[in-house]
Amino acid sequence: MPVLTYLEAIRQGLWEEMERDERVFLLGEDIGVYGGAFKVTEGFLERFGEERVIDTPISEAAIVGAAIGAALVGLRPVAEMQFIDFISIAFDQLTNFAAKCRYRWGAGVPIVVRGPCGGGVHGGPFHSQNVEAYFFHTPGLKIVEPATPYDAKGLIKAAIRDEDPVLYFEHKYLYRRIRGEVPEGDYIVPIGKADIKRLGRDVTILTYGWMLHKSLEAAEIVAQEGIEVEVVDLRTLLPLDDETILSSVAKTGRAVIVHEDTRTGGIAGEIAMRINERIFEYLEAPVVRVTAPDTPIPFSPPLEEFFLPQVEEIVQAVRWVANY
Amino acid sequence: MVPKDLLMKMFYYLRLTREAESRIERVLYRQGKIVGGVYVGRGQEAIGVGSAIQLRPDDVVAPSHRDMSVFLIRGIPLKQIMAQYMGRKTGVTGGKDGNMHMGDIRRHVIAFPSHMADTVPVAAGCALAFKRRGEDRVAVCYFGDGATSRADWHEGLNFAAVQRLPIVYICNNNQYAYSTPLWRQMAVPNVADRAINYGIPGEIVDGNDVLAVYEATARAVERARRGEGPTLLECKTFRMTGHSAHDDAFYVPKELFEEWAKKDPIARLSEYLTARGIATEAELRDVEARVLREVDEAIAWAEQSPYPDPEECLEGVYAPPA
Repeated sequence: MPVLTYLEAIRQGLWEEMERDERVFLLGEDIGVYGGAFKVTEGFLERFGEERVIDTPISEAAIVGAAIGAALVGLRPVAEMQFIDFISIAFDQLTNFAAKCRYRWGAGVPIVVRGPCGGGVHGGPFHSQNVEAYFFHTPGLKIVEPATPYDAKGLIKAAIRDEDPVLYFEHKYLYRRIRGEVPEGDYIVPIGKADIKRLGRDVTILTYGWMLHKSLEAAEIVAQEGIEVEVVDLRTLLPLDDETILSSVAKTGRAVIVHEDTRTGGIAGEIAMRINERIFEYLEAPVVRVTAPDTPIPFSPPLEEFFLPQVEEIVQAVRWVANY
Repeated sequence: MVPKDLLMKMFYYLRLTREAESRIERVLYRQGKIVGGVYVGRGQEAIGVGSAIQLRPDDVVAPSHRDMSVFLIRGIPLKQIMAQYMGRKTGVTGGKDGNMHMGDIRRHVIAFPSHMADTVPVAAGCALAFKRRGEDRVAVCYFGDGATSRADWHEGLNFAAVQRLPIVYICNNNQYAYSTPLWRQMAVPNVADRAINYGIPGEIVDGNDVLAVYEATARAVERARRGEGPTLLECKTFRMTGHSAHDDAFYVPKELFEEWAKKDPIARLSEYLTARGIATEAELRDVEARVLREVDEAIAWAEQSPYPDPEECLEGVYAPPA
């Protein structure tokens, strides 16, 4: 099976969908001639032409708004946010227009808004954010964030074929650092399904994105101490896969939730509450979380490293719940 | 020369819009039969009528909150509109949303959100799809003067202009954004002046003259269908009421209401029709009678309609599983 980077997998998924379905088109800043700030859409303009690969002005609200309009009359737009931080400009279009159309007047808005999220590349406060929590609170949206090349390709395809608006967050730290086997041709990773990336019986780690990889590292470390960690890659953040989350935690009785996003109002709180409400009697220890602190994400390397959750913090959290 | 049957159709929709909104605002709202916000377009009816009446059924319209006539012209039944205002299950949105926050994708009518100018880039997206597929459809997007101060308005117009999209932007400049007069909203005298920034034509239209609106829209629509890009039409008018039904508009000088009452679009069209011998007084009275009957029937139907089941609150957030 071919081995691709995470970025190549996203590109392949997009490419195949555009080959498969004439209705699919891309719009965003510098995605055509330049091929995208991270080169995800390199070569698309040459293959698909400027009618389907549209370089836009710096207008995130218009990018998302136009995507909504095109979707309402039958196209399948994929809008790129050059950095996911800039999605704040389109917040209203997403939360008030796209998310509420179906509920208000039965009109589906099958759009995908994708873009690079996350830290680790010294991007500073405006090129490193994780924005899922802003949208996690909005019924009508779906949110996915793949951590592996396989999931990246399968989820972009699922997102494009979905009948509702999907936010597709791709972690920029993983773009060229993570490689993995990716089947050629068509397959789907269903939205709403988490994936157990490592089986274990003692502690469940619930995580996604870059933090999956740090969690897997942490699991290796504690395995040498005899703690067997089950690592659940959420993949879809909205709607959460309650079944996988709850059955894993019910099995291990111990849960550590890890996310790169900041702490207060992050989705760890919601997951912990669902565990509390539904399977409290299975718990052997309090549910804990490892997250970034409640600050903007700073630029300077020692500050950013302090901000980002580290493997050692995950290891300590796992030990704490295991020994509770 | 606009043929008589079209003129009579304009008169009918002007009267129907006025009557329906008057009942909504001054009767049903005050009786407590309609709750929530009520926003009407009294005095501005010519803008929706003169523009929407000439569109093809497959053209997209994105009406604003003072464009009741556009919904009616697109064929959304008045009884369903009344039920919409009353929060009934049989309303256009089944009670999920109220008043003019309604749309119908089969009739190519896009629902308006309260966030002004949100539909400006959305309608551009519809036009983008038309252009991409080589269709000669157009999108027509409506908004008030207040909306033109919003960022989405700028982004949307600029995007539509850069892409040369088949779209007509129609501003009802009714001189007030809630209580804020025009001069506190913008430092240019006309909304149309803003068009030059986008490299598109901007035209000032007498928004209380249904024929002027009709002709200006016809030119803009033809331009759009020919692939020559967007037009911004500024229809000057006046909001002959408060912002909403609870607002007595104490902040509007009385003289302005008196001045604009003389320019009432319905009176102007009926004068035009009778003075030129196009229609008789009796013919116009027939239209009046038909309008009253239809509004009565629509209200009665809506009042007899059930409310949605409370549990319907939970339905329709996402597409049903395939």
